[in-house]
Amino acid sequence: MEAVLFFVAALGALGGAIGVVAMRNPFYSVLALIVHLFSLAVLFLLLSSAFLAAAQVVVYAGAVMVLYVFVVAYVGGGEESAWEPIPGQRLFAPLLGLALLIELAIAVLASSLLALGTDGPDVKAGFGDPASIGYLLLEKFLVPFEASSILLLLAAVGAIVLAQRRREAAG
Amino acid sequence: MSIEWYIVLSSLLFATGAIGILLRRSPIVILLCLELMLNAGNLALVAFSRMVGNEQGQVFALVVMVVAACEVVVGMGLIVAIFRRKLPLDVDELTELRG
Amino acid sequence: MSASTWAWLVLLLPLLGSITVALSFRAVPARVAGAVGTASVGIAFLCAVAALLSLLGDDADSRHHASSLWTYAQAGGLEIDLGIYVDQLSVFMMLVVTGVSTLIHLYSFGYMKSDEGYHRFFSYLNFFVFSMLLLVLAGNFVLLIVGWAFVGFASYALISFWYRRTTATRAGMKAFVINVVGDIGLVLAAFLIFQQLGSFDYETVFAQAPEVFSRGEWTITAICLLLLVGAFAKSAQIPFHTWLPDAMEGPTPVSSLIHAATMVTAGVYLIARTNVLFYLAPTAADIAAFVGLATLLIAGTIAIAQTDLKRAIAYSTMSQIGYMIMGVSIGAYSAGLFHLMTHATFKALLFMTAGSIISAMANRQDIDRMSGFWKAMRFTSIMFVIGGLALAAFPLTSGFFSKDSILSFAEARGGIYTWMAIGGYVGAFLTAIYTFRLIFRVLPGRPCEEAQHLIDSGELYHGPPINPATEEEEDAEVGFPGAHHHIAEQSWPMAVAMAVLACGALFAGLIQVPGVDNVLFGFLDPAFHDSPLAEIHPSVGAEWRGLAIGAVISVLGIALAWFLWVARPELPGLFRARFRAVYLLCLNKWYFDEAIELLIVRPALALGRFANDVFERRVVDGLVSGTRDAVGGAGGLVRIVQSGFVRSYALLLIAGFAGLALYFLVVSS
Repeated sequence: MEAVLFFVAALGALGGAIGVVAMRNPFYSVLALIVHLFSLAVLFLLLSSAFLAAAQVVVYAGAVMVLYVFVVAYVGGGEESAWEPIPGQRLFAPLLGLALLIELAIAVLASSLLALGTDGPDVKAGFGDPASIGYLLLEKFLVPFEASSILLLLAAVGAIVLAQRRREAAG
Repeated sequence: MSIEWYIVLSSLLFATGAIGILLRRSPIVILLCLELMLNAGNLALVAFSRMVGNEQGQVFALVVMVVAACEVVVGMGLIVAIFRRKLPLDVDELTELRG
Repeated sequence: MSASTWAWLVLLLPLLGSITVALSFRAVPARVAGAVGTASVGIAFLCAVAALLSLLGDDADSRHHASSLWTYAQAGGLEIDLGIYVDQLSVFMMLVVTGVSTLIHLYSFGYMKSDEGYHRFFSYLNFFVFSMLLLVLAGNFVLLIVGWAFVGFASYALISFWYRRTTATRAGMKAFVINVVGDIGLVLAAFLIFQQLGSFDYETVFAQAPEVFSRGEWTITAICLLLLVGAFAKSAQIPFHTWLPDAMEGPTPVSSLIHAATMVTAGVYLIARTNVLFYLAPTAADIAAFVGLATLLIAGTIAIAQTDLKRAIAYSTMSQIGYMIMGVSIGAYSAGLFHLMTHATFKALLFMTAGSIISAMANRQDIDRMSGFWKAMRFTSIMFVIGGLALAAFPLTSGFFSKDSILSFAEARGGIYTWMAIGGYVGAFLTAIYTFRLIFRVLPGRPCEEAQHLIDSGELYHGPPINPATEEEEDAEVGFPGAHHHIAEQSWPMAVAMAVLACGALFAGLIQVPGVDNVLFGFLDPAFHDSPLAEIHPSVGAEWRGLAIGAVISVLGIALAWFLWVARPELPGLFRARFRAVYLLCLNKWYFDEAIELLIVRPALALGRFANDVFERRVVDGLVSGTRDAVGGAGGLVRIVQSGFVRSYALLLIAGFAGLALYFLVVSS
């Protein structure tokens, strides 16, 4: 049962990823990414991280993607030209991606980390619960927690400044 | 499914995101591929958290999500600014950092 | 109070005088500054006398004290004290220096009265006295070098005293550069001494040297030769002498003090002080003696041909110092110092009279224009004759006894030194001739225009201020001597100073008459007891024989001069025409200046030009520009990567990452 769910979710994630890369219209890329995100949420559930799965759906798919949709609607989907100004880019890109994949796969599969081959230790029932994540955030990782809130503030201010309409000289 | 499967899937998604960045020219799509890579990383983090048996990896993944959100916000601001100035939304046209 | 305490006072007073006069430049009128300067040296002289009396209070064997104020430097085996060494030699030099300096300060009080730079003059003069005292009192080689260098600076400052005169500043620079060459020799010698003996302190060095060196070893010879370089440069011996005639650009009191009585005797003092080292290096001592002899003779021949009054006296100084150098090099230490003392008196006197005459001539120094001053300035003329008699070693003057004490020692030592004695007598003959040439040209005869003006009106002749060497016009502002001058007849400080020196020139020799009294040698000899050469004493009979020969030569010389320049004045002109080449050789100072210009100055300038054109422009600039071009080129190459395309940057990034991952995979397998 778990295996089936894994393969379905994996296919969904992969399909979404390929869709993002391959679609001509940026709007369709955004939609593909949303599919990808949902699949990832399922994978998180399979890994006993309930809170994170929920956060993924609500925050990532729910808020960040909506932001993308707004911008794509504002900007519009443009066609990209076929001519490639950088010599060799279209050749090397897939090759390098493939090389990267193979190296990472070898690193994982030939690893001497034996725990990779297992399903992980038996965990208590509350693993991945909001309560345990909450405890960690407020006890052990309090400083990163506060820092990320400042980061969010900075990002918001930055975006406002960047997107400001240029004001003419006051007069 | 053993943890290996998740990690290999994560590498696959990462590579796909990388190829996407190298091949696409629209800044929006490039940012989307960047999201792909970040999420691949998140998946790896959660898988390792399950392997180790404590939730610290999940907290890390949460913070990565926060960072990704910030980065998207700023990136979108940039794209809107570029669009407003009537410049082409094509990274190959925006080459003022040429040496 | 002990002798060393008095010695510290002697050292301190001129320094205080110099600083006080310098600082009170605007606050205090000129006469007060001059009085302060003179008084400081005068009181220093009294303290020197007190030091002498205190030293005489010790018994004869222990008349040496070393005293130090504090340790100046102490690091890794090096220990230098700010210390003085008071023994018979340094007390003697102190007395000579302070005594003559006091009289010259008194003379300057009157002579420099109308000069705009009066304060500066006395400040520099006091500083000079301080440095010379530091030199003679120093208890270690480091302080000696300090005093040596200060004296060189004071000489430079005083030669270029009239600093707006180009000839004066050039002369000052020339003197300083040649002095620095000597300083190099002295410093290198000090380094070698420290390396071989481990100390700079006199007592240690002179005690250790006979243990460490064997007689005639090349190291000690090298040290002594380097010391000689310093001594020759300071004492204007050949080949380092070319600065002394040019130094006559300075005011006459400067010539009198520095370039006759004190600074140029520093070389003599040095050789006397380091007699222990020179005994161990007989080759170096002989070289010094020969250089002294050569200078003695060559300078004598040049002096006969000179027409500038001060320059003729300068060459005479050079010649007499040759006697002193010869004396202390062959072992006649006390005799050489005796001549140093008497020479200080009569040479200072001669320069003072020359100053008086030049003032009467409205600052002109050419003896071709001078005549008949016997009628115009009686007192100055009498002083001139007294000084001349002493210089020519006329019987019973001080120069008579001192010069012959050196020559009879040379005879007594025998061997090659007898030839030196003969050379010395030839030199004495030349001395008598050139001295009385000056006297018979300037004093007798029909008064020249300036002298006549003085006789008629009692006022000094007033001409426009000019540079005597180049005949350029000058103004009367500070930096030039100005239009007013002073002669001894009208200025009591000048007259008093000259009179005191005249007494010294006449009677100072009487303290050391052979067979009659032994005041000076009895005092000085124990300072040189380490040197076996001091054992040599000519017999009284031999001394009197030497004195007789000297008397005959002196009178003959004076008679010849009278014959050539009074009785048959047309003869010198005929001689000049007949022996034209010899005359030109003497007139042009044996072409030493030209030789130095050709051998040293031109190659140095050519080296400088080469360094600028080739080395600086091509090598150094080439390196710098080359580096610049290389960096720029490399930058140009790297710039190709900065295409501006984000995607190519990303490609390179991922390629690099892939490569790195590959490396780690390979390494870990």
